[in-house]
Amino acid sequence: MSFINLKNVVKVYPDGTQAIFNSSLSIEKGELVVFVGPSGCGKSTLLRMIAGLEDVTDGEIDLDGNRINEIDPSERDIAMVFQNYALYPHMSVYNNIAYGLRSRGIKKLEIEAQVTNVSELLQIGDLLSKKPGQLSGGQRQRVAMGRAIARDPKVFLFDEPLSNLDAKLRVQVRLEIKKLQRKMGTTSIFVTHDQTEAMTLGDRLVVMNKGVMEQVGTPMEIYYHPKTKFVAEFIGTPSMNFITGSIKDKTFKASSFAIPAKYEDKDDVILGVRPEDISITKATTGVKCKVELIEKLGSSTVIYCVDMKENQLCVSTQSRASVEVGDTIHISTNNKALHFFDRETSKALTK
Amino acid sequence: MINRLTQMFAHFILLLGVLLMVIPIWLAFTSSTHDNVTLITEGMQWYPGPLFIENYDEVLNEKGGFSEEITATGMLINSFIMGLGIATLKVIISMMAAYSLVYFRFRLATPIFWFIFITLLVPLEVRIFPSYKIVSDIGLTNSYTGLVLPLVASATAVFFFRQFYKSVPDELLESAKLDGANSWRFFIDFLVPLSKTMIAAMFIFMFVFGYSQYLWPLLMTTDEKYWTVVMGMKLIYVELYEGVSLPRVGQRFAYIILSIIPPVLIVVLLQRWFIKGLIQTEK
Repeated sequence: MSFINLKNVVKVYPDGTQAIFNSSLSIEKGELVVFVGPSGCGKSTLLRMIAGLEDVTDGEIDLDGNRINEIDPSERDIAMVFQNYALYPHMSVYNNIAYGLRSRGIKKLEIEAQVTNVSELLQIGDLLSKKPGQLSGGQRQRVAMGRAIARDPKVFLFDEPLSNLDAKLRVQVRLEIKKLQRKMGTTSIFVTHDQTEAMTLGDRLVVMNKGVMEQVGTPMEIYYHPKTKFVAEFIGTPSMNFITGSIKDKTFKASSFAIPAKYEDKDDVILGVRPEDISITKATTGVKCKVELIEKLGSSTVIYCVDMKENQLCVSTQSRASVEVGDTIHISTNNKALHFFDRETSKALTK
Repeated sequence: MINRLTQMFAHFILLLGVLLMVIPIWLAFTSSTHDNVTLITEGMQWYPGPLFIENYDEVLNEKGGFSEEITATGMLINSFIMGLGIATLKVIISMMAAYSLVYFRFRLATPIFWFIFITLLVPLEVRIFPSYKIVSDIGLTNSYTGLVLPLVASATAVFFFRQFYKSVPDELLESAKLDGANSWRFFIDFLVPLSKTMIAAMFIFMFVFGYSQYLWPLLMTTDEKYWTVVMGMKLIYVELYEGVSLPRVGQRFAYIILSIIPPVLIVVLLQRWFIKGLIQTEK
């Protein structure tokens, strides 16, 4: 049996809006699972339900073999890092970390040892006597982490803890969280809207959209085998290209080109191709396009172009392509890197 | 140059304000140290006179009232107890009322709050007879409890604490919950320390309010032991006209000066908290 089990969990707010639709998920002990999705997709709501800060309308949440639906958050042995850290402004850093231990009736000496331990781990030893108001954003983040770690809970929950940090610090803290989680082996759930964070941190991702879990899987599964158009579009930058067309006689026909596709005949089909799976060909055999915009990122170059039938396409190439705006280029793609979706249901086509 | 001029002008205005506030008190103080003959013939005195100890000693220790059971010292103590009792209980009750209104989201919280708020329109003076009836029926006349109890409910303080609690971020409560704090601990460990400055401010207001009560103690106390300073003020005033000997103007001023000391003391003591709270950016 898994460590955390969500069984057909539903959340309906008192005003009737439904935030979570019938969601089930199993999380193994020691795993780091990331809930990712656009804002308002219900990822935070789901996290808060696990924490006990929101009621569960229907379904069941199990932790370590026990149903926790009705258990008070203080009794669940779960620690959470909030987006704005929610440090206790009137307490010193030491007391911030020690508070949870104290309210669990742990002896003073043990608390002291534990706080010292945690502060060394997070390198906040010299901040212990300061108040949260005197700390920088990164330091506050550490203290919030320290507060969660100190109690050695069954589960860590992270609610977008990096979104208040600047870009450079975010990458650094991201790595630290990952290392720390590995080291401690505590089951963790991390909520973010940032797909890079999700891909780099998670052992498994849960991609959510409008209260529904669209796909659950390892980062690579999700990247290479998106089950829905939403997942395909949401994960990966620049975003996947989509071209509408139809499949007939094992061939996908779009307005400006045709490509082999080993699927049943179908009228409304969307083809998805990642920008990095498209390459510029020297020959004139590929699809002819006109370059509209170029973004040079150093490590790669992103080319935005339109084909002869006004389909927008985005190409990402590693090579320093000597392409200028207004040029005409020919592009082609590897047939293995194609994704086909049903236009009505948005689901990936199966062979 | 212009900057300097505006600055000087601003300081001039401020100084004017300070003088306006301080001069009457200074005059009362200096006048309280002169003998009555000087005061009656020459009016109020600008400089301290020779009778400081004599006048104050007389005021503090002379028995007053009809049955001569109370001194000014006694009245000062009574007023202080009344002010302290009212302020303390008011702050505690309002904090708890506001806490329950904001954090326990029961159905009628908002109507109840507005109902409490409406009581602002019914000050003690309006409901003084029913209040008196109740207090005398339960036998609390001539007691500190009777002086304090009918005045401890305060819509104003409930309102201020409610607004303050509403501004406390929800995450704080949630985080505290996950850290194992129950509602009582959240109140004591979080809301009370966070509203320190608020408590200090409310305490000052409520103390002055309680201290300056006149009508209620006048009705409540037939026993002179429970007389308050503000009531005593009237006695000295009456004496001024009815006394057979020379009106005791100097002593009267001394009494006034003495009567301001307790509120000033409270303000000065709590001001330190006040400023401390203002300097620390509590975020």
